[in-house]
Amino acid sequence: MAQIDIRAVRKSYGKTQTLHGVDLIFPTGEFVVILGPSGCGKSTLLRMIAGLEEITAGEIAIGGTVVNKLEPRERGCAMVFQNYALYPHMSVADNIGYALKVSGVPKAERRRRVEETAAIVGLTDYLDRRPAALSGGQRQRVAMGRAMIREPKVFLFDEPLSNLDAKLRVSMRAEIRKLHQRLNATSVFVTHDQVEAMTLADRLVVMNKGRVEQVGQPLDIYHRPASTFVAAFIGSPAMNLIDSRVEGGAVRLGSAVIPLAPAFAGLEGRTVTVGIRPEQVRLAAPGTGLVAIADFVEELGAGRVVHAVMEGQPFAAAIGAEVRIAPGQPIAFDLPAEHLHLFDRETGRRIEIDGEPAQSRAAAATLAPALS
Amino acid sequence: MIQRTPFANALTYAIMVIGFLLLIGPFLVVIAGASQTMQQVNAVPFRFVPGDQFLANATAAWTRGDLGHAMINSLIMTLMITFGKVALSACTAFAIVFFRSPLKHLFFWTVFITLMLPLEVRVVPTYAVAADMFTPFRLLIQFFTGIELKIEWNLLNSYAGLTLPLIATATGTFLYRQFFMTLPDELAEAARMDGSGPVRFFFDMLLPLSRTNILALTTIMFVYGWNQYLWPLLMVTDPSYQTVMMKLRMLLPPEDGGTPDWNVTLAGSLLIMLPPVLVVAVLQRWFVRGLVSSEK
Ligand SMILES: Nc1ncnc2c1ncn2[C@@H]1O[C@H](COP(=O)(O)OP(=O)(O)OP(=O)(O)O)[C@@H](O)[C@H]1O
Ligand SMILES: [Mg+2]
Repeated sequence: MAQIDIRAVRKSYGKTQTLHGVDLIFPTGEFVVILGPSGCGKSTLLRMIAGLEEITAGEIAIGGTVVNKLEPRERGCAMVFQNYALYPHMSVADNIGYALKVSGVPKAERRRRVEETAAIVGLTDYLDRRPAALSGGQRQRVAMGRAMIREPKVFLFDEPLSNLDAKLRVSMRAEIRKLHQRLNATSVFVTHDQVEAMTLADRLVVMNKGRVEQVGQPLDIYHRPASTFVAAFIGSPAMNLIDSRVEGGAVRLGSAVIPLAPAFAGLEGRTVTVGIRPEQVRLAAPGTGLVAIADFVEELGAGRVVHAVMEGQPFAAAIGAEVRIAPGQPIAFDLPAEHLHLFDRETGRRIEIDGEPAQSRAAAATLAPALS
Repeated sequence: MIQRTPFANALTYAIMVIGFLLLIGPFLVVIAGASQTMQQVNAVPFRFVPGDQFLANATAAWTRGDLGHAMINSLIMTLMITFGKVALSACTAFAIVFFRSPLKHLFFWTVFITLMLPLEVRVVPTYAVAADMFTPFRLLIQFFTGIELKIEWNLLNSYAGLTLPLIATATGTFLYRQFFMTLPDELAEAARMDGSGPVRFFFDMLLPLSRTNILALTTIMFVYGWNQYLWPLLMVTDPSYQTVMMKLRMLLPPEDGGTPDWNVTLAGSLLIMLPPVLVVAVLQRWFVRGLVSSEK
């Protein structure tokens, strides 16, 4: 089928550069999700693969053929747009079958394939309707049917679920995933919703400001974020990131001192950013661990998140529903050593030596109380 | 400032009624006069009651002005203007809105400027061109080869001459442009992904979507074309190309000192008014929709 190779691709609009050299490989049949904040260039990259946007520099190859100069129709891609972009004056059947009509497929065969496709996306009863007479979810299906019918090698989705309500989004997510398994095309899915990204992706690409921050399996990225940007962007509530310095083979977080493994001896004197996810912070006995002043508590139903302030820096922790915490009250947190992340403060890149976690397990089991 | 007092209400109604009478008054005179006898139409004061002579008057007018022939001329001219304009404007707007070219702005402003120069303003130079189409080419050929050619090529007394200068203006272009710009970019992109080229996109998407616009423009252009007077007057010297508007003059009562038969003139003008009124009546529903809103 079709592997997508993106080599040193750049995009400029006039003088402003939007993509600063992107290198990616999407293997055949994978479901790739591109995740990033608004304006980071996700859509631009997708549209360059589709052929809707010119490639300023670099090369994109689909199935081994460089497609820089090819028209969209020659690239074997199909695309689902955020606002669906259905043809308003055509019936559902004509919408789905338009690509076949353009390529001159005889009427009888066209009808057969439209009916087949409509059955897959569950639109058999709506073939004669106009898009205006459909619900959002049904329009979404029409858009998918229209993309599917050509049996494309590559499926491109640009935030296709963002106009749907939360419940429908979950069920459409499952459908898209099922569809992908059935079609076995290479799928590229753009979103800024991390839940969507985590649940759909075989391979997740995190982008920021026109650069790729990290590529990998969703869980890998969650457990080992390559930079402070990824660490803060993935996971909700966001990871706590606290600035510190390596002194005497340990980092100090407020009142807690965490010894580092010997392998990190080279970091002595460096400024670092220490990260820990709120859901991995535990409450500790008063007077031990990291002490912070509670600011406010966020109710999530299943649990709650306490937002506290530690030496002027915000610090969040997920706690059970049974604990009562009043604003202004000091709380002690236990930071399980195996869940700490260490980042270079200047570059924001993850510090990892030979895959070894940052802190020494033995030493970190107990947190030394503050000296001051 | 919106006031709702009985006095303000009465005043606004009074103004509206006066305005209405001013508009409808002449029309009533035409309808009443066209169906009266010569004595009735010349009676003082004028009576606004229609008579029973309309058919006789209309027949007299029809033969006096040779209206049958002129009606056909007018119809041909009007239809050419209408369809020429509807088609040309759609193409121009398509080019302006959907294509990026370095000269895009130049083209846009060229088209835009024609809005400020209606035919009435540039009637003399336009006439000069229409009367001698070959001169620019003659000058070019002479400049490059030194050969002086004498070829007569003009558009006088032809349907092309009657219609072309009226087709090439921008009003319709902007109506389409406004509508095309409301279409989401993704529509064109989706069509491109489906393999449709620009021409196909134009015929499969844009034209069906602009149906109300097309009908609105048809209405406007039909009335506009039918009512042309100045331009045909200049272009036509051969009576077989005369349009109904030019015939209106011949419908005036003969100046032989006898009682003027205004009833015949009025019946004739009523006949001449009829085709555009019919077109507007049939298309007015679309007309309003096309100008006011764009269908989803
Ligand atoms: N036609 C254009 N001309 C100039 N700049 C553009 C153009 N299209 C996009 N940009 C810029 O390129 C950057 C990336 O845009 P892009 O649409 O790829 O963002 P995105 O990641 O898809 O964001 P979102 O999540 O909001 O859709 C933005 O800063 C945007 O302003
Ligand atoms: Mg986008």
